[in-house]
Order: sequence, then C-alpha cells, then structure tokens
Amino acid sequence: MTSTSVTGPVTGPVPGLAGALQSGLKAEEYALIVKRLNREPNAVELGLFSVMWSEHCSYKSSRRHLRRFPTTGEVVIQGPGENAGVVDLGDGQACVFKMESHNHPSFIEPYQGAATGVGGIMRDVFTMGARPIALLNALRFGDPADPRTRRLVSGVVSGIGGYGNCVGVPTVGGEVNFHRGYNGNILVNAMCVGLAETDKIFYSAAPGPHLPVVYFGSKTGRDGIHGATMASAEFDAESEAKRPTVQVGDPFAEKLLIEATLELMASGAVAAIQDMGAAGLTSSSVEMAGKGGVGLELDLDRVPQREAGMSAYEMMLSESQERMLAILSPGREADAEAIFARWGLDAAVIGTTTETGRIVLRHRGEVVCDLPLAPLTDDAPLYDRPHTAPAKAPRLKAADIPAPEDWAQALIRLLGSPDLASRRWIWEQYDRHVMADSLEESDTGADAAVVRVHGARKAVAMTCDCTPRYVAADPLEGGKQAVAEAWRNLCAVGARPLAITDNLNFGNPEKPHIMGQIVAAIEGMSQACRALDFPVVSGNVSLYNETDGEAIPPTPVVGGVGLLAEASRRAVYSNLKAGQTLILVGETHGELGASLYLRDVLGREDGAPPPVDLERERAAGELVRALIADDGVRTVHDLSDGGLIVAVAEMALASGVGVKAQAPAGPPVGALFGEDQGRYLIAVDQAAPVLARAAAAGVAAAIIGRAGGETLAVEGLFSVSLACLRDAHEGWLPAFMAGSVNASAET
Amino acid sequence: MSSTFKAMVRVFLKAGVLDVQGKAVEQALHGLGFPGVADVRVGRLIQFEVAAADADEARTQVEAMCRRLLANPVIESFEVEIA
Repeated sequence: MTSTSVTGPVTGPVPGLAGALQSGLKAEEYALIVKRLNREPNAVELGLFSVMWSEHCSYKSSRRHLRRFPTTGEVVIQGPGENAGVVDLGDGQACVFKMESHNHPSFIEPYQGAATGVGGIMRDVFTMGARPIALLNALRFGDPADPRTRRLVSGVVSGIGGYGNCVGVPTVGGEVNFHRGYNGNILVNAMCVGLAETDKIFYSAAPGPHLPVVYFGSKTGRDGIHGATMASAEFDAESEAKRPTVQVGDPFAEKLLIEATLELMASGAVAAIQDMGAAGLTSSSVEMAGKGGVGLELDLDRVPQREAGMSAYEMMLSESQERMLAILSPGREADAEAIFARWGLDAAVIGTTTETGRIVLRHRGEVVCDLPLAPLTDDAPLYDRPHTAPAKAPRLKAADIPAPEDWAQALIRLLGSPDLASRRWIWEQYDRHVMADSLEESDTGADAAVVRVHGARKAVAMTCDCTPRYVAADPLEGGKQAVAEAWRNLCAVGARPLAITDNLNFGNPEKPHIMGQIVAAIEGMSQACRALDFPVVSGNVSLYNETDGEAIPPTPVVGGVGLLAEASRRAVYSNLKAGQTLILVGETHGELGASLYLRDVLGREDGAPPPVDLERERAAGELVRALIADDGVRTVHDLSDGGLIVAVAEMALASGVGVKAQAPAGPPVGALFGEDQGRYLIAVDQAAPVLARAAAAGVAAAIIGRAGGETLAVEGLFSVSLACLRDAHEGWLPAFMAGSVNASAET
Repeated sequence: MSSTFKAMVRVFLKAGVLDVQGKAVEQALHGLGFPGVADVRVGRLIQFEVAAADADEARTQVEAMCRRLLANPVIESFEVEIA
C-alpha cells in the first residue's frame, strides 16, 4: 500500500484519528474502521469511509426505525433501497418517484442549492429507466421578518424554475411554509415523478464480475466535495467557511443525460446503473459493487476531469452534477460510446467489476485505495439512539377559545397570512405545462396535481404535504396527519392513492428529545400508511437541521402518488357554480389546538393537534372517490389549514362565485376555524343523492351552504366581499417579495 | 472634500466552479470552426463612478458593494480597480 500524492486545494484529511474527526467521523467509528481493516486507512480510504458512514449515506440513526414503515403492497414493484420507488399503474406502465432534500446547500447558495436539488432528484428517477414527467417542491422558510428570508425565497424559487424550466420537465405543485424555526435552516425538498415500463426498470446491483464500468455525463471538478458530510452536520457560524462546497448545476447537460441514459437503456447495453449524487463516485461505485456482491477496480486517471491536478481524494468525493455510472453488458462499449458521442457527453470506461469483493483505486500508477467493500456498506454503524417520548400538548376545547372580535377581519387575516396566502408569485415562475400533459397544476385549483400518462386516458395524481406545527405539538398525530393529508388530497381529485415517498427533516438525532420526535413521527406515519394501504416506496432522511443548537420544527414531508384510471373523471375546487349546494363531508368537533386561527389570529402556538381517526379518514376518502367516479361530482376541496371557512373561501375565490354558509353545530369559532381531519367540501346540483350515499357509507355529511353572489357570508356572523378576500389572499406574497411588507408569520 | 473616482469591477466564477456559460461558449466556438479554443471562462465587467474622500475609501466602498451585490461571494471572486 502506497499513500496518495495529493495536489490541488482540497488535500483531504490527514490520515489517522485527527483526520477522521475532521471528516465528520466519531472516535469510536474510527476505532471500528481500524479494527475491521486491521490497519489504519490512508487519506483516500478515510474519505470513502467518512462519506459512506455519514448519516446521509448510511441512515445510521434512522434505519432501525424506518423498518417500521410498511413497504409492500399489490401495487409495489420496488420499495425503498433503490434510487427511487416504483409502483404499478396497470397496462405494463409504472410510476417511479422519490423526494429528496437539499436543505444545507440551499441555505448557503439558494439558487444553485435548489437547482441542483431538482437535478439530483430527477437523476434518481431516470436512473431507474423512467422519463421524468413532473416535479414538486416542499419548501420551508424562516420568519418573513427575518432579513434573510426574502433573499432565500427569491433564490430558491429562481433556482427551481431555472433548472426545471430549462430541462423541460413541468413543476406542477408543492407547498410552502414560513416559521421562525427555519430562520437559520431552510428546507428544500424536491420530488420527481417519472413513467417507465414495468418490464424495463433498471437497478443498481452489479450483476457479475469482469464487466466494464463506464462513466458518462459532465466532467468531474472540485465542486461539492464533502456535501454528504455537510448534510450530516449542524450549521454554525463557521458554515461560511464551508462555502466552496457548493455545486453548480447545468440543466442543459441534464437534458442530454436524460436522453442519453434512456437511449442507452433501450439499446440493451446497461447491466446496472446508478447516478452520482451525494458522495459522487464513491457512493455510486461502492453501492453498485456492494449490492451485487462483486469487487471493483477503477483507474482514476481515466475519469473525465474539468481541472488539472485533481487528487484521488477529490475525484472520489466530488459532487459535480450531471454524472452517471453504469455497468455495461459484455462487449457493448462501442454501442455506448456512439450514444454518448451523439449526445455530446463526456464518457470513459474507467474500470471493471471483479471477483474480489474489494474496491481498488489506481491513480498515476499507484494503488491509492484497496478496501474490502463489506465494511463500507454493511458494517456502517447502526445506532439505537436514546430517545425520550415527546411531551403531549393538552387538548383544547373550542368553548374555551375566544371568538374573533371581527369575524371578517379574522378570515381576511388568515387568507393573507404567510402560510395561506396565494403562492402565485412562486408558481408563475415555473413552467407548469411543458410536455403538454399537465391536466391540473398549481394554477388550476386542485388539491393534487394531475399529469396525464402520455397518450393514455389515465393520469397520475401527486401531492406533497406536512403540517410541521402539528408534528411539533404531537409527533405521533402529526406523522399520521402528514400521511392522511396526502391521501386526502389525492382522494379529493378522485385518484386512488397508491404509495408515498417521504422526506424526514429533523434536528440532531444525538439529542434524545429530537430522536423522540423522529421515532414517534415514524410510528404515526407507519400507522397511517397501514390503515390507508399507502405503503412507503422511497424516501430520504435529513437530520442535523440545526443552527447553533436550535432544531427546526420536525418536518416529515410526505409525497403521495395516486392513479386516475379515467382522467376525465376528476374533481377540482375551482368550478363551483352559482346555485350549487355545498356539502361538508366528515365530522366537525371544533379542534383548534395547533390551528392557524390560534397562531395567526390569537398569537398562540399551543394545544394538541387535531387527532386523526384513520378509519373515518378512509371511509370519507372512499366515499368522495366514489362520488367523483360514479356520481359525476366535479367540485371537491379537502379541509386542512384554517378549517371549513378557509376551504369555503378558497373554493369561492378559485371559482369566482360567492357562498352563503351556515356554521355547523357547536361554538362557531371551532365550527368555522377548527382543523378537524378527514373532511371534504363538495358542491353539487342535487344534494339528496349525495347525502343518501354518505348515509349508506356511514360517513357524516351535511348541507352547509349555497353558492351565489359576490360575497362570502356566514349566517348571523359576517359577510365580506370576494374582492376584499382576494386582495388579502393574492396580495401578501408579491408585496413581501417587493419589500413593501415585512409581516411576521407569528402574529 | 470628496472627489470622483472611476471604479472598474471584474467578476469571475471562482476556480473550480462549473462555468455553464463558458462551456456553452466553448462548444459554440468549436461548432463555428475554432477547434483550438479551450478553457473558456465568462465573467462580467462593471464600471461606474463613485464619490469618496480618497482612492482608499473608494476601494473600501466598492469592495463592500461587491460583497453585497455586484458579486456572489459564494461562487464568484472579484477584482476592483480604482482610477
């Protein structure tokens, strides 16, 4: 064993314990490496261990708990463990999807951080053999009053649009929250949905020894070195010094990569394939060889390089974007080369698979790394971190909550609050129609985006959801609610919910109360997934989201995908017609704990979140789907943030028709603003058949109003013009971005 | 008493940062029949006048402008010339 000669600015860690600590490993982890190898690793080898054993690549804190997720079901073709999950859409078609975080890079450099997040998640999807057809984003920013927030919103939104629009995949949906808990650590979670044929799904396990390993895509530079370990470390004031690790994305290169990859797959030359994401060449090569139970020999001198004099360490850890690693079927190098040349991509055969079970790297004539693969993959530490059960917030009674002094003002305030205000300023910057299959997107007033399967009558519905204030108040109920809301949003457009991807964003798992949040949220999500037949097929964990010891609100985002067998039978909330009757489906008890009314009108963040009754959730959702599929119901809105009156207002605004409503029984503040789960608002010409069908299904349903006029009125309480509500709803975000309001999310 | 200085600011991507624009220009030049072109980097030049007590103060001001607006210090480096 000789040590590597290192040139250039990033020299890698010094060998030994000091270098291990500097690369993010713990002393006991380093001791374990030395024990497994029976020697000290050199700098390159230490680099490989530091990324493979990072939280980001090894899931060492969460893996034990993630096992509780249900991951199988009749529609599941591929569950977690591959680049993305795969579900069956029937007729030989499959949907491939995943969500992934790019939180830390987006805080450091919002444009490039968000852009490369979009690029990275797309690669996970087309690596499986799918053509990306839609993008969604779940974003969390700090308090609007924080001076950094506006710049971060602007940069992240431009970055998402810049990349997605250029690569030619529509951005069709998403969600945005503002809270001071994200001031120093925003969340950027990107989701990609793709379509593939069920018998042409590609996997990453190397099928055998003596096969060529080919690198293709963009050249390797010094960007993003140690991104995976950055994603696994807390932020502190010195993060400034970590800035050179930002990667720059090239969406036009990604477009070429999509086409070349899909063509290479169609040619039959691909035996296994993996994109180079976090930890670049290291994780892609180690995972392919490790999963296939083979070894790997790479000659790093053959890696296409953007800069002269890169060290082996730099090449193995670079996170340059738009790169892929494939193992070819024997003798197909020339075919592959022709495809890469046609698409103008850099490519090279950089090594072969072997029988040794070892990863051997050569650079400038020397062996710079020779490690058994098993310790890198299988022996990554698995922690059972101590966790304390989260304290339960007390359940609040609607009768104890003060009603607003001015009902109309309270509604105006909510509709114009940072969490409920129209996101038009954001989605107008996204190409939502490219590929020409977007049936419902951010602009059309639907609870989930709907994208047609090209050339077919069916469509895929998709949504991403989480209510962090519920999870903070009760991680178990909050976890259930995130899954239930995604399920509900899919039902609300008429889609059969199929499966979810998740993006678990939490603080430092080494703190027992944070670990307690993680454990309880996963348990709640698992319960909901089981009860709703909504398995988890892919996901991502982002821990250590803290700044100076202050954790973000727990944010387990759920990305749900559903199937509309007949795309024309779907519902939206933007086609309410004058004269129609509004029916509330589901039970209302006036749950105001952790509600938006409490936070944004009364200035209180307390109380238990609304409990999720999964049986009732399921019954209500199945009823709504049946009404859409069989009874011609076309106007549906789910009830969530802000409760019934906000849902009525959103339906009225999106449709341009007023509503005269009656508050359901109980204290009106709870009836109107309570955020009870498992509810839908539907509008129909004839109420009787709907009420009869609901009664037969054992689901509560009641007439709560009638459409017409240009005001929103609640009998005996208030009346307000739609124009006034619209001004508040549409006005906040553009005014905030223009710098003319500095409203806080908290009052 | 303040006088007026001419400031010239050159902004370039830091070494090692992928230059997407430079790459596109390089490919276009190759396509136009200039095969000898390599390592294209695209930056920008910003000129303006600034009032300051002396050249040192002008430079301090312009460098502050670079850090806050004219350059993105995360991925770009800048050079200031005061005349």
